Amino acid sequence: MKIHEYQAKQLFREAGVPVLEGHLARTAEEAAQAFQQLGGPLAVVKAQIHAGGRGKGHIIDNAEQRGVVLVRSAEEAQAAAAALLGNKLVTVQTGPDGQTVNQVFIEQGCDIARELYLGVVLDRGASRPVLMVSTEGGVEIEKVAEETPELILKEHFDPAVGLESYQVRKLCKKLGVEGKAVRAAEKFMKALCRFYVDHDCEMAEINPLVLTADGQMLALDAKISFDGNALFRHPDIKELRDLAEEDPAEVRAGNFGLSYVTLDGNISCLVNGAGLAMSTMDMIKYHGGEPANFLDVGGGANTEQVTEAFRILLSDPNCQAVLVNIFGGIARCTTIATAIIEASKEVGFNVPLVVRLEGTEVEEGRKLLAESDVDIINALDITDAAKKVVAAIA
Amino acid sequence: MSILVNRDTRVICQGITGNAGAFHTRGCKEYGTQMVGGVTPGKGGQTAEGLPVFDTVYEAVEQAGADATMIFVPPPFAADAILEAIDAGIKVIAAITEGVPVLDMVRVYEKVRASDSVLIGPNCPGLITPGECKIGIMPGYIHNPGKVGVMSRSGTLTYEAVWQTSNLGLGQSTCVGLGGDPIVGTSYIDLLKRYEADDQTEAILMIGEIGGSAEEEAAAFVKAHVSKPVAAFIAGRTAPPGKRMGHAGAIISGGKGTASEKVAALEDAGIVVAPTPADMGQAVQEAIARRG
Repeated sequence: MKIHEYQAKQLFREAGVPVLEGHLARTAEEAAQAFQQLGGPLAVVKAQIHAGGRGKGHIIDNAEQRGVVLVRSAEEAQAAAAALLGNKLVTVQTGPDGQTVNQVFIEQGCDIARELYLGVVLDRGASRPVLMVSTEGGVEIEKVAEETPELILKEHFDPAVGLESYQVRKLCKKLGVEGKAVRAAEKFMKALCRFYVDHDCEMAEINPLVLTADGQMLALDAKISFDGNALFRHPDIKELRDLAEEDPAEVRAGNFGLSYVTLDGNISCLVNGAGLAMSTMDMIKYHGGEPANFLDVGGGANTEQVTEAFRILLSDPNCQAVLVNIFGGIARCTTIATAIIEASKEVGFNVPLVVRLEGTEVEEGRKLLAESDVDIINALDITDAAKKVVAAIA
Repeated sequence: MSILVNRDTRVICQGITGNAGAFHTRGCKEYGTQMVGGVTPGKGGQTAEGLPVFDTVYEAVEQAGADATMIFVPPPFAADAILEAIDAGIKVIAAITEGVPVLDMVRVYEKVRASDSVLIGPNCPGLITPGECKIGIMPGYIHNPGKVGVMSRSGTLTYEAVWQTSNLGLGQSTCVGLGGDPIVGTSYIDLLKRYEADDQTEAILMIGEIGGSAEEEAAAFVKAHVSKPVAAFIAGRTAPPGKRMGHAGAIISGGKGTASEKVAALEDAGIVVAPTPADMGQAVQEAIARRG
C-alpha cells in the first residue's frame, strides 16, 4: 500500500527522521496561507500523487507546468497551486493519462549542499532488509542501478537489531560525508531503518536526501509503501490509504479478497492461483488474443467472492469474452460452477463464456454446469481454452 | 526413494480445527498420508477428523511421533507456529498460510536456516510424494508415482504441470510448491541438490514466474552441479512492469525479474524451456531425450 509524500513526512517526523516543515493545501488560497505560515523567503509547491517523477512530470495539456514548483511569495504559491490542483499530472510512472492532483504540499526551502539517495527495501536474495545509498541523488535510481551499479552502496541489517553504527561510518566514508554530517547521517540512517521495520514497510525511499550547508541531513522527498499483509497490525497506517489514487476495479476486487489487475485487452479471465492466472494471460496472447485483466480468485474463495469477480469482469466495457480457467486445489470446482450459475442469473453473460475446470471436485462441478441452462463453451485444457476464447471473438 | 517425505512420514496439522485445516487433513488422510494428529492451542484433548488434538507441537512430537507438519494457522500467528515447529524438532514443515507479513518471514528464515528443519512455503500448496505421502492442498488424483521431480513457486500451475507429466506417463518422484512470497524457506537450489542425489528422480521440472532472481540463481547452479535433465517454464511473459501479479513476489521492478531475462538464463544453462504452459510435460520429455 502506497501513501502520499506529505503523509510519509508526518510519519517521519513522529519517528525522528528529519524533515522540513510543510503544510498541505487543497485549494490555492490554502497554499498562499501555507507560504505565509512558513515565513519564506523560499518554498516548494509539490503535487501530491502516488507516482514518482513529479519534478520532471508536467500537467497534461501544459508542458511548461511541472509537478514541483519553486516559489518566492504567497502569490506565486497560490498561482502554482491553482495550476496544479484539479489537473492531471503526467510522469514517467503515471502512464499517458496522468493522475489528478487533488492536493499540494507546500514545503520550506533549504540550502542544499549535496543530494544523495537513500532507500530501504527487502533483499530477496539475502532474505534480509537492505539499506541502499548512493551519491547519485535526485536522479532516477533505476538508471543508476542499470548503468553504474557500483555507485549504489548496500548494507544489510538484522530487523531485530537495526543498522549498526559501524555500518553508517563505512557508508559515510564511501559517500564522502565528513565531520559533523557523520553524526547527522547516523541519526538519519538508523531512524529510517528502524522506521522501515516498525511500520512493516515494503519500501522506504528518499530521493533526494539532502545534506545542507550547515551539516544537517533532511528527507527532501519520501516515498513509502507498506506490506499489505502486515496492515492488520497497523490500523493507523491503513487509514492513510487514498482510494482516489487506485484503479476502482482493483479496489473493488480487493474488498472481496480478490487479486485483480486491469490490462488493455478484451478477453476477461478468471483463474485460481497467481501463476496459473499469469500463464493464462500468456496463453491468450500466444494464441493471438489480448487479456483484459489478471484475476486470481485465490484458494479460499467462496461463491459470493467468485460471483463478485464475475460482476467486476462483466462491468468492464472492454470485455468481449470471458475465460474461466480453474485447476482446483484448495479451491473447489463446485464453488466456481455455482458462482458461474449465480452470475449468469444475476447479471447474465452477454459475451461468450469459455470454461475449463480441473482438480478438486471437478466431476461435481462439471455436472452442475451441464445441468444448468448457462451457455458455456467447454474446454479440455489450457490450450483448448485459449484457442476457443480467441476464436469466439474473432 | 523420493525426497523429503515418504510413506513413513508422520504428519500433523497445525490449525486442524479451522475450516481449511480440517478439510485438507481429511484430504491427506484419504490420500493415504499417515496423519497422526493436530495442534490447536487451547483445544488439546479434543479430537478432530478422528485424530488427537494437542495444545503444542512438543506434545504432538512426544505422544504421536510427529516428524512433519502442515500449517493452516491464520497469517498473524503463522510465523509463531513455524517457529514452534522448528523448536520442537519437526523435520519437514509445510506452511500453507497465505498472507504472512514479510518481516515475520525474515525472522523465521534466520531460525530455520540455522536448524535441521526444512521449511516449505509459506503461501504454497505443500509437497507430495505420489502414492506415499501428501502434505498440503493439491488434488491427489492428478499425481502418479514416477520419475520427475517438480518444483514451483506457483500452486495451481504446478497442478497443471503434474497433470501433463502424468498424462505423458512420466509420473513424479516428489513435487514441491516453494511458495509465492518474497521470502520462502526453501529455494530451487536446495531442492536441486536433493533431486540430484535422489535415485528415483530422473528429470527435474522447475516452474518459475516473474520477479526476483531465484530462477537465474537456479540456472547457474544447474549449469555447475546438476547432471540430470532439467526443463522449466516461466509464467508472466506478458505481465506489465510495476504491477504485482497476485503473489507478493511476482512483480517486475526496476526492469529486473522479467520473464525474458529468466528464460535466457535458463536456456544458457542447457535447460529446456517450455514456450507455453501447455508444453511443460513435453519440455521434460525433450530434456530427457536430449540426454539420450
